[in-house]
Amino acid sequence: MDTLLSMNGIIKKYPGVTALDEVSFELKQGEVHCLVGENGAGKSTLMKILGGAVAMDTGMIKISGTAVAVPSPAVAQQLGIGVIYQDFKLVNDLSVAENVLLGQEPLRGWKMIDKNLMHQRVRQVLVQLGEELDTRARVGTLGMAKRQIVEIAKTLVRNVRILVMDEPSASLTDQEIRSMFQVIRRLKGEGVGIIYISHRLDEIFEIGDRVTVLRDGKNVKTARIAEVDRRTLIRWMVGRELEQEYPKVPLKRGTEILRVEHLGAGRLRDINFTVTRGEIFGIAGLVGAGRSELAHVIFGASPREMGAVYLENEEFNPSSPREAIEAGVGLLTEDRNRYGLLMQMNVRENISLSRIRDLLRGFRIDKTKEEKAAQGFVDQLKIKTPSLEVGVETLSGGNRQKVVLARWLFTQSKLLIFDEPTAGIDVGAKFEIYNLMNDLAERGIGVIIISSELPELLGMCDRIAVMCDGRITGVLTREESTQERILALATQFNEETISVR
Amino acid sequence: MSADHSVKRLSAAAAEYGIGVAFVLELVLFAILSPYFLTAENLLNVTLQTSITAIIAVGMTFVILTAGIDLSVGSVVAFAGISTTILLKLDISPALAYPVAIGAGLAFGVVTGGAAGVFITKFKITPFIVTLALMTIWRGAAFVVTEGRPIWELPEGFAVLARGRIAEIPIPTIIMLVVFGAAHFVLTQTRFGRYVYAVGGNVEAARLAGIDTNRILMQVYIISGVLASLSGILLASRVNSGQPNSGLMYELDVIAAVVVGGTSLFGGRGTVIGTLIGSLLIGVLRNGLNLMNVESYVQQVIVGVVILLAVMMDRLRK
Repeated sequence: MDTLLSMNGIIKKYPGVTALDEVSFELKQGEVHCLVGENGAGKSTLMKILGGAVAMDTGMIKISGTAVAVPSPAVAQQLGIGVIYQDFKLVNDLSVAENVLLGQEPLRGWKMIDKNLMHQRVRQVLVQLGEELDTRARVGTLGMAKRQIVEIAKTLVRNVRILVMDEPSASLTDQEIRSMFQVIRRLKGEGVGIIYISHRLDEIFEIGDRVTVLRDGKNVKTARIAEVDRRTLIRWMVGRELEQEYPKVPLKRGTEILRVEHLGAGRLRDINFTVTRGEIFGIAGLVGAGRSELAHVIFGASPREMGAVYLENEEFNPSSPREAIEAGVGLLTEDRNRYGLLMQMNVRENISLSRIRDLLRGFRIDKTKEEKAAQGFVDQLKIKTPSLEVGVETLSGGNRQKVVLARWLFTQSKLLIFDEPTAGIDVGAKFEIYNLMNDLAERGIGVIIISSELPELLGMCDRIAVMCDGRITGVLTREESTQERILALATQFNEETISVR
Repeated sequence: MSADHSVKRLSAAAAEYGIGVAFVLELVLFAILSPYFLTAENLLNVTLQTSITAIIAVGMTFVILTAGIDLSVGSVVAFAGISTTILLKLDISPALAYPVAIGAGLAFGVVTGGAAGVFITKFKITPFIVTLALMTIWRGAAFVVTEGRPIWELPEGFAVLARGRIAEIPIPTIIMLVVFGAAHFVLTQTRFGRYVYAVGGNVEAARLAGIDTNRILMQVYIISGVLASLSGILLASRVNSGQPNSGLMYELDVIAAVVVGGTSLFGGRGTVIGTLIGSLLIGVLRNGLNLMNVESYVQQVIVGVVILLAVMMDRLRK
């Protein structure tokens, strides 16, 4: 196979840090080359340089053997480089066809858009991708998987030869990931080179041909996927041996902390389960099964319509998050950047936000007391931050998650619900979060984990409730749990449900 | 060499204090251009002239910090002034008339701010629309109540409120400084202040952190209403009458002062110190141009240009 892209000796320095230190990367035609490494390893900087969003200090980029300069995203596009970012860059109010051809609309006389030709061209591209999609549908009405197809189609009409996919599976269900892989295989067949960035190692082993590991801005290794195993890959990424990925500590089950009986709300129907102290309780299910909705109802953020919830055997009926927090419940939301943290505030303010009343002296917030409390959690949770006064936006994903956790520890939560706790967090930081969950469980705090990553649930949970279409279709113990069983329960749509839909 | 050095230091200072540096430059400029500018009398005069809109701008800062807007302030100024002046003319003892009339004017601020808050939080109508409607309603009501005629012949003491001085300092200036001091304290030192920034930064994240976001929003519109009413009463005292067309277009001057002061229209970022400097910057500009006998139409053009420059400077800082 021909070498499509080679990046050599790329150096990029920012004040105080070397983001990339003589990094090299190569991509062949029709190859899926995975790029992995912890956050801050330099993956995204490297891809921004390739996409023309960031200028390198020194280095050489060659496409099909010819040296090129990529001073801007527009030039990158002309060179056949397409980048699909994690948060899609689509206009929700425009149709599929309008999005795909945005800026490239076919025109007829008087600069009017030739709508027929537009839809026809986009339909062709969709056929090429093996996807059926109404080109007139508004993008805002589509699910995440379909939006990704639109993004891919967008790069195809621009004659993409090198396609960068940054965490493409982040918001997809397992099934959707399968069909995305089908699309990727088709693109490979057409000679497109794909750079695939993901934290999920399973995917890398399934779809990748080669893998390049970056750590601290340097090349660690490039290898054929067939020749490495999971353990080796993690060692390269983290730079040390992790004894195991999931440091599960078995604990004795204590007294009941949460009991949910016949809960109904919105799509949720007849939900029953209990959580005890000392156990980590998982909730599995496909995206859209109602897992986050359930968390929101328990947390008082959405109204409950039926059933009862008991917290430590007392009826618990919060009408707002404030009341739930008062009672000792904390929710680490799914999208921590949008719903968990106040991005314009600093670490100290984010930690103290939910329990300022303990820091009041008269009308004033006692800053010394606030700093002391926040510093205590920064030390306890090993939050890596230059100071309490820096904005949380400068912290890495793992440390941001710890800041949210610190907030709920400060409110003295008895029950913590983690919604997708490790999404977008790298291997090393994941390991720390898991250890913290063990600590919490050991201290008698009830821990619920909602996750789309089955290995994580299987690795960390004592029991796993599986949801499908607003119901719990089964609760499995650690011994009973297998990927297959969970998937079977997660897709157990009964006839009644299907007819309701 | 040393000139180069001082330029560097100046630009470094500009980077850190932005609008403050612009304000100092402006003071220096007018001090050079007009000998009368830097007299104590003139400077006090500027603060007196600025006080009316500056007090409203404090309330507006709270509102804009929550990513909202209050377009009704100009009309609230008029209606509060009219409420107070009408009540002052009631035939009761002055000892009773003043507290009742001024109290009622301020209470009106609570009512209009509360109404705005209810429509914004309970009915989920955007602040722009709600306060635009209130702007029209109170302006119309002011004309209806007065039948379009000003309210004259007020008790003699009323004018003292805006025209009196304590230790040479005009009373409105003192009120303005007290309002700014209190607002600064509230925003930087109290829980309420922290919550205002949180709600403005991300209302859903704030709600999920356990903050009663609707209550905070209600409160900021009430603060804005009350401070606009306070200004309305001061303005009525200054012109010694209740004028149905007073405060016209004040909302724009006030928003300009807040924005020039560095508060983000998207919420979550800003200070009242910035708003004070923003208000004074525009006030000093008008005063300086008056001293130099610049025609009032030309003044408008210059003020507009300065607003753009000031905000641009602030953007360059970030």
